[in-house]
Amino acid sequence: MKIENYLDKLDKPIMLKIADRVKETSNVDTFYFNYCLNSQPGQFVMLWLPGINEKPFSIAYDTGELFGLAIAQVGAFTEELFQKKVGERVGIRGPYGRPFWKEKDAKNVVMVGGGYGVAPLATLAEELTTKGVKVHFINGARSKGLLLFTDRLKQLDVKLYTTTNDGSYGEKGIVTDSFKKILKQEKIDLVYCCGKEQMEKAMFDLCEEAGVNAQISVERYMKCGIGICGACSVDGTGAPTCQKGPVLESATLRKITEFGKYHRGGSGKKEYFR
Amino acid sequence: MVDITANIAGLKLKNPTILASGILGVTKDSLKYAVQNGAGACIIKSISREERKGHNAPNMHAIEGGFMNAVGYSNPGLEKAKEEFQNLKEVGAPVIASIIGQDADEFGYMAEKFLSDEFAAVEAVLSCPHTPGYGTLAGQGTPQATEEITKKVRSKTKLPLFIKISPESQPIGEIARAAEAAGADAITAVNTMGPGIHLDIYARKPVLHFGRGGVSGPALRPIAVRCISDIYQSVKIPIIGCGGVTTGRDAIEMFMVGASTVQIGTGVYYRGPEVFQLVCDEIKAFMEEEGFKDIKEMVGVANN
Repeated sequence: MKIENYLDKLDKPIMLKIADRVKETSNVDTFYFNYCLNSQPGQFVMLWLPGINEKPFSIAYDTGELFGLAIAQVGAFTEELFQKKVGERVGIRGPYGRPFWKEKDAKNVVMVGGGYGVAPLATLAEELTTKGVKVHFINGARSKGLLLFTDRLKQLDVKLYTTTNDGSYGEKGIVTDSFKKILKQEKIDLVYCCGKEQMEKAMFDLCEEAGVNAQISVERYMKCGIGICGACSVDGTGAPTCQKGPVLESATLRKITEFGKYHRGGSGKKEYFR
Repeated sequence: MVDITANIAGLKLKNPTILASGILGVTKDSLKYAVQNGAGACIIKSISREERKGHNAPNMHAIEGGFMNAVGYSNPGLEKAKEEFQNLKEVGAPVIASIIGQDADEFGYMAEKFLSDEFAAVEAVLSCPHTPGYGTLAGQGTPQATEEITKKVRSKTKLPLFIKISPESQPIGEIARAAEAAGADAITAVNTMGPGIHLDIYARKPVLHFGRGGVSGPALRPIAVRCISDIYQSVKIPIIGCGGVTTGRDAIEMFMVGASTVQIGTGVYYRGPEVFQLVCDEIKAFMEEEGFKDIKEMVGVANN
């Protein structure tokens, strides 16, 4: 690349109007924007509420003409966001991060989405199933009301497994139970996973035991989204998750000493997973 | 063969590029990451006495021809930072501490309690333009404050001491002289300029949550180069150039007005962590082309 071309980078938010809002579950809405984001499954955007804060959100839909963010109302920031009506503007920058990718020899794959983690995997499944990949899709949540995209997933050409911890929908249990069952019956080439870190770590350990490669989306506290502020650098590699992740493959995950143990808060202080 | 090793206040560097404070540097492993990508030395993100969450986001964004930030000194505080920055030999290059304080006494406290022999040097930052209570917003950019703070830190540490100053402090040669007189071993010139304001006109608000922020990147570079030139003609201690170094050309420009080494911050944004290796390659190519054998031969040539 010519030196001058580096300087064309211009990462700052653009104010986009909310084109539509669709209720997905009791606390999740998808916010749609008419904008060609040109993202790939597993990437994220930074969403800015002027005067309030800016936070990363994974992309749940991207048709090329519009994109959607499935967002759970869980804290002060999302509470403010949920006040926004169709036609009002929010700031968006991105897409950022390393997406999930198709591996040439992976013909029989498992996707594991825990809670909101199902969003990027649904888009990935839509893509891979049109390319002849057999997909086992495990959608898990604590209870029925928290399961995301049950209808969207039914329309896909995937083998669908649904689990809830309390048994209020699908099978009673956790996603790793379903995964173990699949492993007993089939030869799996690759696992895609996105959800809470302890679930991801449990999945990763099972994959390592079974000798199956995994691509896992790792969530960290991200401030800049562009690989410089250092907030999301992980111990072991030191690399910023926002840029070298969030999707990491087994070979990298083996080097990340904090995976499944701790992450860091806004000041850089360690916070242990419980 | 050209020699791009560098020497700054007794520190021997395998090359003249240093990771600037505030870019990566939150953790020891992120320093290692910069060194693996070619940095000749690295500076940790500045540490304060107590934990600081910093300003809300957006903390940084690009503008046409430059970059803005208002992070607000987020850091885990002295005690947690001491735990983080141990066994620094593992990093593979000299690690420089960065300390901040609200007044000379707090700077002295930080120097006494935080610094250990693990660090190769310490940089005291008197020049942040966007954190109330610190830097230029606390009046640390005057010759008097510079002398007072430098003296205090000097009395508490034997490590090589760098004083990082603001391009807004004028005449900047006097600031550098005050630091030199109080015992500084090198001047880091410069911190970001400003603060500046950049609005999103649809939001009718500044993009940075803090409202204003330091300006860095190519927009800062000509100012930084002039500051280095002024300082070179005012003091005898070495200068660490900082402000908009993105390419080998930019580093060489700083050598030619008097810098002995350079720091790179925003350049990591433009070219990725590989910027250190790329800048070194570009410096070497120029030296071979122009017949320079040692970086020292270039230092200050434009001021003669």
